[in-house]
Amino acid sequence: MLLIRCPYCEEERPELEFRNAGEAHIARSADMAATSDDDFEKFFFIRSNPKGIIYERWRHMHGCARFFNAVRDTVSDRFLLTYKAGEPKPAKLPGAAE
Amino acid sequence: MIATFRIPGAGRLKQAETARFSFDGQSYAGVEGETLASALLANGVHLVGRSFKYHRPRGFLSAGAEEPNALVEIKRDSARRTPNVRATVQELYDGLTAQSQNRWPSLAFDVSALGDIASPLLSAGFYYKTFMWPKSAWKNFYEPRIRAAAGLGVAPDQPDPDHYSARFAHCDVLVLGGGAAGIAAALAAAETGVRVILADEQADFGGSLRFESGARIDGQDGFAWAQGAVAALKAMDNVRVLSRATAFGYYAQNFVGLVERVSDHLQSPGRELPRERLWQVRAKRVVLATGAIERHMVFADNDRPGVMLASAARTYLNHFGVAVGRNVGVYTANDSAYAAAIDLKKAGVGVAAIVDLRDHPTGSVIDEARALGIEVNFGRAVIRAGGKLRVSSMTVQPKNGGGERTIPVDAILMSAGWTPSVHLFSQSRGKVAFNDETKRFVPGTYAQDCVSVGACNGTDGLSATIDEAYAAGAKAAKDAGVKNAGANTVKGIKPKVDASESWSRGMLGAAPGAGPDTTVKAFVDFQNDVTAKDIRQAVHEGMRSIEHVKRFTTNGMATDQGKTSNMHGLAIAAETLDKPIPQVGLTTFRAPYTPVTFGSIVGHARGPLFDPTRKTAIHPWAEPQGAVFEDVGQWKRAWYFPKAGEDMHAAVDRECVTVRKTAGLFDASTLGKIEVVGPDAAKFMELLYTNPWEKLEPGRCRYGIMLREDGFIYDDGVVGRLAADRFHVTTTTGGAPRVMNHMEDYLQTEFPHLNVWLTSTTEQWAVIAVQGPKSRDIIAPLVEGIDMSDGALPHMSVREGRICGVPTRLFRMSFTGERGFEVNVPADYGQAVWEALWAEGQKHGACAYGTETMHVLRAEKGYIIVGQDTDGTVTPGDAGLDWAVGKKKTDFVGIRGMARPDLVAKGRKQLVGLKTKDPKVVLEEGAQIVGDPKQAIPMTMIGHVTSSYWSENCGRSIALALVTGGRGRMGETLYVPMPNGTIEVEVTGMVFFDEKGERLNG
Repeated sequence: MLLIRCPYCEEERPELEFRNAGEAHIARSADMAATSDDDFEKFFFIRSNPKGIIYERWRHMHGCARFFNAVRDTVSDRFLLTYKAGEPKPAKLPGAAE
Repeated sequence: MIATFRIPGAGRLKQAETARFSFDGQSYAGVEGETLASALLANGVHLVGRSFKYHRPRGFLSAGAEEPNALVEIKRDSARRTPNVRATVQELYDGLTAQSQNRWPSLAFDVSALGDIASPLLSAGFYYKTFMWPKSAWKNFYEPRIRAAAGLGVAPDQPDPDHYSARFAHCDVLVLGGGAAGIAAALAAAETGVRVILADEQADFGGSLRFESGARIDGQDGFAWAQGAVAALKAMDNVRVLSRATAFGYYAQNFVGLVERVSDHLQSPGRELPRERLWQVRAKRVVLATGAIERHMVFADNDRPGVMLASAARTYLNHFGVAVGRNVGVYTANDSAYAAAIDLKKAGVGVAAIVDLRDHPTGSVIDEARALGIEVNFGRAVIRAGGKLRVSSMTVQPKNGGGERTIPVDAILMSAGWTPSVHLFSQSRGKVAFNDETKRFVPGTYAQDCVSVGACNGTDGLSATIDEAYAAGAKAAKDAGVKNAGANTVKGIKPKVDASESWSRGMLGAAPGAGPDTTVKAFVDFQNDVTAKDIRQAVHEGMRSIEHVKRFTTNGMATDQGKTSNMHGLAIAAETLDKPIPQVGLTTFRAPYTPVTFGSIVGHARGPLFDPTRKTAIHPWAEPQGAVFEDVGQWKRAWYFPKAGEDMHAAVDRECVTVRKTAGLFDASTLGKIEVVGPDAAKFMELLYTNPWEKLEPGRCRYGIMLREDGFIYDDGVVGRLAADRFHVTTTTGGAPRVMNHMEDYLQTEFPHLNVWLTSTTEQWAVIAVQGPKSRDIIAPLVEGIDMSDGALPHMSVREGRICGVPTRLFRMSFTGERGFEVNVPADYGQAVWEALWAEGQKHGACAYGTETMHVLRAEKGYIIVGQDTDGTVTPGDAGLDWAVGKKKTDFVGIRGMARPDLVAKGRKQLVGLKTKDPKVVLEEGAQIVGDPKQAIPMTMIGHVTSSYWSENCGRSIALALVTGGRGRMGETLYVPMPNGTIEVEVTGMVFFDEKGERLNG
């Protein structure tokens, strides 16, 4: 069981308290109705599924109930960073392989 | 029977109580505190099992958790039968009953042992090669026979009556292994005041100090020192000491699973004691002190009962006071077996000879053995063990060939050296490194915050071990980040080693006499009956990777996970491949280290505690009324209320008719309820539902549809607007949690600018639906402060007021098509208000109805149930709900998805009604629909039945179905092929009763 740091609670808590919520930084268009078929496909269906660094959303379901973003290495399963929803993709990752 | 192999004065169980036990029906005496293995050996019993594949007679190889052979069934009563218990681990208690396994009719005469003679047919990979022909024989002949013969032990056939508990624990330093290294590390860490857990799989701490008679620490015998040190640790507030606790798995971020065997060693464990306790420990630092496991010598017939590891014989003698024979032989490739011979000789046991594979070993143990008059042979190999049910001799030959000599013995003690136990280190994703000089895999690159000390780290000698472990324990405490916490300011003193033994070196692979030119059965893996020849054969048949060799031969794949066999198997494969060992690689160590019961993993989460059961406030009323309940998710919902003599159909028919004739009461409390509040509440609702909300007046309700972004229906429910900034949203019973999650997700991440709060109120409100022509008459006398006239409270409106003196949100709404109300009251008042309404209802002849009647009544009106009539691929248009989509809206979740080409294309499946041509025939839900029943199989299916009931009110069966282009097929005849005939149906509209909807105000 992983320990995940909730950026709102500012604490590491056991994985049992959290739910994964899919890939992060996929913005919903402000003008959704006018989105092209191709853009909608990218928005709704296409996910990166990388081997290595993934940016994903988690929810502190059984804690503060907030959604937040996390950077995880899918190879080591290590969380490199968590940050609040709405914050930009971090430019630098601590401890990430070059 | 007198325990003839117990040596007076030897061992540490002198004051122990006698324990009587039975093995295969024969009664014996042992002493409490020893293992079943020790007790059997004390009685001269070596033959305890039959091997898995060849059914060869087997005895004890070891004195610990690595035991591959001595697996027995322990039976407490008819329900408490545990197969595959290692007799070397099971502690004896008075009355213990054990049975051997894998034999018929008896252990000494086993019919299946013919497999040993037929073994050329059962060579490596035989599963993959044999039983291939004829193909038809597999199912009826081979498979049943293989299944009957396969497996170890017999699974119990009754539910497990024991209970199992679980604990989470946190500590700064977790020390795994309670031998000299673990104890020293725990002492060093504990003295700094940090929180320490020390765990060991054995009943007694001390590890190899149990048998290592040459060890002296702090002026005491090593084992006595260990007991004193552990007692001191136990007395410290910051230390938890767990014995009989096996660390079976090392997971991410220093999370370690341990199973503590709490009561398996007790004669009559009290009901309050769990059988086992699962510990899930999160440690800042882990110290691995898991020791090493002795390897056997690989020579012909090395599996005969009486052939065992030298350290095991020493444990039986020095700890339990039991001699494993009267005239033992020793076969070794390192020093440690000499110590066994010396200890046995000093205890009065005859030592026939020591056979040492090495040419010119020197050292004090060799001199001591000679001084005691033991015959020592160098450069020689034991090429064969004699005897069948018990070893009777060993045949010795110079290792480069020459004359054979057979020496009578009744036990052979063997040692090929020691394998560091890197299992947990490897599970932690650490990478092992091969030390070419010592031929050992030892911890190399660490992946987690842990450190290995002592024998598992390849550290030889007690003095070096304690130095290393003590330093590592202190460092782990420091690294855990606790600065001199606690009151322990007195610095500890490192234990001082006064004497120790040397066990370095040894050999890997097959010994002379079991080489490639032979076909002898020299066992590498005892539990899976893998011989040196099998491993060579695997390589010859093309297996190159050790992972393939392992799977082809099943070497190391038994329940002992190759604790004694992996290194030998690897060395033989490497030799056959003519490659250095590290290039062939090591197979992966996986959890669990030793078998873990399902019970300990499941813990309390079984039976009624497997999943929470949710009951409504009205449940205590419904139960004594004779309600039959159905499970809806975690909820228990009243399904129907049968009167005396009624079956389900009769009850449901009566309920359906009564509701439409007078009225019915229905417990709708399980509906999901979410309070959406805030200045932007209406804007939020506009975005989350397809409907328009801004113009809905406070006090009015609307049926809302929620989509996912892909345009498919996600949930539905009636929403009441209580105020400009407050909505009372209802969801489906099963959908409540995911709808709440869906709403929170959008509010927090996509629309965070909206000033809205969401609160789940499902459990706060009890909901009593009162439906039927008399519903208002039933409710009105109890309501205060609400004008219930049709003008003031029309269909689809909501008012706040009081009922029976308690606050209510009174909804005028209907899921039956009748005039209807849903009375929301705080859950605590739910039962009282229900009972008051029930009393009023009785005056009008109303009934209580359950979910089945609710389903029938709504289907008569064509009201859908999300999740039954929709399946996640149904759009509002498909369901005939286009009217609920705000045409002028510019955005809501799903607006773009709904416009996808496939979702607007012609020929989609649409919800329609179906009437069977024979009105008495009720379709099966899920049944497939075809256009032409005469077409060839497989037929083209054009839809399926989603809801189907007998409708007493309509006097016929009714059904809803999803049918391709359904709304264009009105009046068309379609067909439902069933196993006993094809059913003709007519496509109709979805409303079967009161098509004009007049009864809503009736």
